Amino acid sequence: MLNNQGRPTQAGEAHGLARETFTGNRALEIDEALIFDQGGFDRTGVDIDEPEEFADRLGGLARKNRADLPGLAEPQAVRHYVRLSRKNYSIDAGLFPLGSCTMKHNPRLNEKMARLPGFADVHPLQPQSTVQGALALMQELSRWLLSSTGMEAVALSPKAGAHGELCGMMAIKAAIVSRGEQETRKTVLVPDSAHGTNPATAALIGFEVESVPAGEDGLVHPAAVREKLGPHVAAIMLTNPNTCGLFEREISEIADAVHQAGGYFYCDGANFNAIVGVARPGDLGVDAMHINLHKTFSTPHGGGGPGSGPVVLSERLAAFAPVPFLRQKDGALTLVEDTEGSQAFGRMTAFHGQMGMYVRALSYMLSHGGDGLRQASQDAVLNANYVRAGLSDLFSQPFGDRPCMHEVLFDESWLKGTDVTTLDFAKALIDEGYHPMTVYFPLVVKGAMLIEPTESESKASLDLFIMAMRDLALRALRGEKERFATAPRFAPRARLDETRAARSPVLKWTARAPVAEAAE
Amino acid sequence: MATIRYTKDHEYIRVDGDIGTVGISDHAQHALGDVVFVELPAVGKKVAQGGEAAVVESVKAASEVYAPVAGEVLEVNGELEGAPAKVNEDPLGDGWFMKIRIADAAQLDGLMDEAAYAEFLKTLE
Amino acid sequence: MRYLPHSPQNRADMLARIGVASIDDLFVDIPKDKLIDGLPDLPRHKGEIEVERILSGMAGRNVSAGSVPFFVGAGAYKHHVPASVDHLIQRSEFLTSYTPYQPEIAQGTLQYMFEFQTQVARLTSMDVANASMYDGSTGCAEAVLMAHRATRRRKAVLSGGLHPHYADVVRTVSDMASDAVVTMAPDPLATENIIAAIDKETSCVVVQSPDVFGNLRDLKPIADACHANGALLVAVFTEVVSLGLVTPPGEMGADIVVGEGQSIGNALNFGGPYVGLFATRDKFVRQMPGRLCGETVDANGKRGFVLTLSTREQHIRREKATSNICTNSGLCALAFTIHMTLLGGVGLERLARLNHANAVKLADMLKGVSGVEVLSKTFFNEFTLRVKGDAAAIIEKMAGAGVLGGVPVSRLLPNAGLDDLVIVANTEVNTDDDRAAFVAALKGAI
Repeated sequence: MLNNQGRPTQAGEAHGLARETFTGNRALEIDEALIFDQGGFDRTGVDIDEPEEFADRLGGLARKNRADLPGLAEPQAVRHYVRLSRKNYSIDAGLFPLGSCTMKHNPRLNEKMARLPGFADVHPLQPQSTVQGALALMQELSRWLLSSTGMEAVALSPKAGAHGELCGMMAIKAAIVSRGEQETRKTVLVPDSAHGTNPATAALIGFEVESVPAGEDGLVHPAAVREKLGPHVAAIMLTNPNTCGLFEREISEIADAVHQAGGYFYCDGANFNAIVGVARPGDLGVDAMHINLHKTFSTPHGGGGPGSGPVVLSERLAAFAPVPFLRQKDGALTLVEDTEGSQAFGRMTAFHGQMGMYVRALSYMLSHGGDGLRQASQDAVLNANYVRAGLSDLFSQPFGDRPCMHEVLFDESWLKGTDVTTLDFAKALIDEGYHPMTVYFPLVVKGAMLIEPTESESKASLDLFIMAMRDLALRALRGEKERFATAPRFAPRARLDETRAARSPVLKWTARAPVAEAAE
Repeated sequence: MATIRYTKDHEYIRVDGDIGTVGISDHAQHALGDVVFVELPAVGKKVAQGGEAAVVESVKAASEVYAPVAGEVLEVNGELEGAPAKVNEDPLGDGWFMKIRIADAAQLDGLMDEAAYAEFLKTLE
Repeated sequence: MRYLPHSPQNRADMLARIGVASIDDLFVDIPKDKLIDGLPDLPRHKGEIEVERILSGMAGRNVSAGSVPFFVGAGAYKHHVPASVDHLIQRSEFLTSYTPYQPEIAQGTLQYMFEFQTQVARLTSMDVANASMYDGSTGCAEAVLMAHRATRRRKAVLSGGLHPHYADVVRTVSDMASDAVVTMAPDPLATENIIAAIDKETSCVVVQSPDVFGNLRDLKPIADACHANGALLVAVFTEVVSLGLVTPPGEMGADIVVGEGQSIGNALNFGGPYVGLFATRDKFVRQMPGRLCGETVDANGKRGFVLTLSTREQHIRREKATSNICTNSGLCALAFTIHMTLLGGVGLERLARLNHANAVKLADMLKGVSGVEVLSKTFFNEFTLRVKGDAAAIIEKMAGAGVLGGVPVSRLLPNAGLDDLVIVANTEVNTDDDRAAFVAALKGAI
């Protein structure tokens, strides 16, 4: 099938704002050379003792040439990274309405707690008698996760959301193998609106992926699922709330149907932030769900990781959870690290998962309490609906104007005839000081704009965002396409040529061959 | 005299005797965006009608290219490796993917001619 | 509820604007019988003081590496990280940004990714590195999957010197994907004949050096044997500092290099988050998992960076993606790259030499201790001891005496009959006093 997700990826028009300074810098906006262009290949910025002469034990495998890397002194290194940091947009600096990514505030208490030496400076293979506090923290985090999801067991170790998905689907596969049905149950049903990780995960462990169509209302219906069910179906992977910002109303019926057909229900928990303390996946028939601690429980996204993706499991799957897992024995906590003597399907990672993220997540949970977690979800949903109410007369909604969960989805049909695309609109939003919403996802909607303001935004902040969105929309409708085509004009860079980057990839710095200085 | 036929997956085959030149339509190159990479089959490979014969990638999209009819791959357009942009610039000419020896000319009858394809595109609007 | 900005009045005004009577009206799609009335089993919200008290209490029940003579390694290492590293990674613009999907406002992240890729490629002597993996072990499993794709074969051979937990991760994925894995017997003396296990079905051979027991391994003959059979050599390391002193895998013929980068820039963190390093040859770049950053120009002709070759990834290829990975280990990679930028090649070499010198010192001190034998003939900063008695019990006793003395092999390989072996690491943080305490505690425990 033709993949029609293509869109312009060349840099397009220059915005014509000439750089009128000698350096090319503009006040606080300072360009920064790569470290490799700054020299320092013959020095280091760290003082390290030279050991006394000794006979090495390298057995003839000593490195012959030193790694050719520059070493910057601390002032240069600090300046380099501070300058780089200033070219990034961040939640701390402004509204970051990236749909399905839950860019909420990252409390600094979390950071402080994660850096306590008793958590940060502890080795995963120390004797377990010396890490009882760390194990207690893992147990307490598990309690919060199980209590808020209504599930039976939790595997903490997955390193990120997609890794959690893999863990959950492996538990399902292990359960199917234990039933002796691995040769027959090979199909996993995935709706087209799912995150790309869902089909990728299922395929990775040998499942065949079959898509389930959503109805005209953007929801998956039991009838459509039943049509695909049979003894060949291992599982369904559903996101709920789904990626269109809607709660799958008939989720219980779907779960029942899947269970009756002998399959399992994997729920993508990316959007759990909408329903904490309001509904529990365990009550909805879910068998496995990963929880992105970096979304729902406020651990920082860090420019693309590290994440953390614990998986909660139903009673039907609990026994298959991977090692390591916790056991309480004789008043002490033990981490079981060996699969022998259990049905554990294996191991996801070398050690115990993202401890640094567990501390941050628990710090957030304790701060909010059960009451605050519910309030946070309600505020997240309130904020998304407030944005919807503020924009619904101008922006088109693919599934009609109805309450959404914690994110609101628009498409680009309202832009028809303006020569402005979703991409252009997103880039213009950058000039207004906002990070764009998620664009072109979910794939089932043409030119999707998925807005998730999160509970961290105040009413005043949302009011200004709505006004900025409306102003841009009116300009697009009035035909001011120039503003959009050349956007962003005020960012550290204008649009980048992604075509060039992909056609002739330059993936690392290389020293330019020494050439005679050009006469200037 | 060469004739051109299209599939519903937007491949074309330009037929000259029992040799067919396969590529993707102008509509397809447009929908994909800037093509940055093309993966071509090995010469000598036998492809079934509708079987995966090549992969074409743009920055934001990737699609399989299916063989419009069954046959054996005789030649591939090695130029595309270094210059994938040809697919965008001249999809029906320099941007061709492969030449195949057509196994069963009757399979061509199930494909669309230029006018039919143009009508088909209108239904996708 | 200090993280929630709305006042009750705000909420009321907003509901009115939306046109609903209560917040419950926004949850109408959730079946009535599935709604819950909050989370009564969980405690109510707390102020900072109380949260700090609870978490500090838990932290206080752990023995931190910096508080005792510390010799635990086997995949994670206690090193000194310069103070500026942690300061810089806590800059809001790094800490609270997202994956750089909008490159115009994410050049900071993209540029350091490009610098990181260059550093990793140069350290390993490989052509190209990605922007990092979750950790070394998951990177190792991804390397095996990549070798399967590149060779169109599905049988991996794992060295008996590979970290047993890495081997477990590889086997878990392989079993699930119905791929074959041959695991060599645990090999503390580095005497296995892995070349004999290579055949025409083999997609890759996975060898770790320094291996989990500390031995250095010459990869060159293994690489040659792999290539003669159309297989790939996956070279693994868990101690990246070793690359300051040891021949890099790229110079010994490795096709894929994966390793744990925690030692540079990152704390022990009880096992995570860490940062996986992943590098390969140019010809395999489209088979590589994970994020990649590439150089380009913007509309004004200025140099800039973007995520590139994304068609390998799950958000485009879905079930045909090279991997299901959606993130890298961004902030940990940043910590790595800052620390490496401070060290440079010169500093890394010095750091590595100091690590090696300290380990040699301890090995020499142990020569005279009865009931103890250093098994590793070659090593970098970690070696294996044979002790008289049960190594786990001895380590536990040493812990009681205030020395964290290493990792008993039985912790990693419970049923291998290697209960008298212990893996001991020594880094630049260990002093002569630490080593004296180690020897004394070991004598006392035996």
